[in-house]
Amino acid sequence: MRRDVFQAIADPTRRAIIALIALQAMTPNALAENFNTTRQAVSKHLRILTECELVKQEQQGREIYYSLEIEKMKEIDIWLEQYRKIWETRFNQLDNVLKTIKNKNHGK
Amino acid sequence: MENNLLFEFTLDKATKTVLITREFSAPLSHVWEAFTNAELLDQWVAPKPFTSRTKYMEFKEGGKRFYAMVSPEGDERWALQEYKTIRPKTYFKMYNAFADKDGITEPTGSEWEYTFSEQNGITKVTISIYNESLERLERILDGFTIGMKMSLVNLDELLASLSK
Repeated sequence: MRRDVFQAIADPTRRAIIALIALQAMTPNALAENFNTTRQAVSKHLRILTECELVKQEQQGREIYYSLEIEKMKEIDIWLEQYRKIWETRFNQLDNVLKTIKNKNHGK
Repeated sequence: MENNLLFEFTLDKATKTVLITREFSAPLSHVWEAFTNAELLDQWVAPKPFTSRTKYMEFKEGGKRFYAMVSPEGDERWALQEYKTIRPKTYFKMYNAFADKDGITEPTGSEWEYTFSEQNGITKVTISIYNESLERLERILDGFTIGMKMSLVNLDELLASLSK
């Protein structure tokens, strides 16, 4: 199943996981220590994040380390920022329209 | 920026909703007009250098607005909006779906809710945009991104002319 990337980051625990592994690659055990939850629960979140290609795993000896797919995260930020800018532009244009309406009404 | 008017833009991934809040230095009646009158909408709703062209608009419950965002090259991107609920000068809700030039809509769209309030001559507008899939929201950007740099230049010019 191809997961929705935004669904993946909808969950607060997954967002916290992202924040942690953004700093350094971590094992599920090390991650679980940061949360009031089981290793199994953390693994489930990691699986979802992996399916969305937001995180990647790397075997080091007996441990699996998880780290962030920086480029994928950037994609999300970039489109959000662009969407925000569209609205900023729109609203600045609306400010002008409102100014014109005001002036017209005063002229009457 | 010429003022300290509030502008908030957040994506709530849990509810798949984009929430936008903006204050305007204008009375509620003017702001309401600007959001519900086709001629006024066309003046601001398309981020420059795009233009908005409304083919028809009937602002009443069950009424529709059929319009295109037109790129500087003349490419049209049509959308059909249906007004579901209207409480004058307070609230309205519409359903937005992308369409072809004949008004044939795509099967899924997004739900838009607008809330208006005025305090001390400042009008606050809150817009919530709900999408079944947030990835679909990305498509809103299709075609806009190219014009983005240009639109920011326009904005600079606009702000410069305002401060004169």
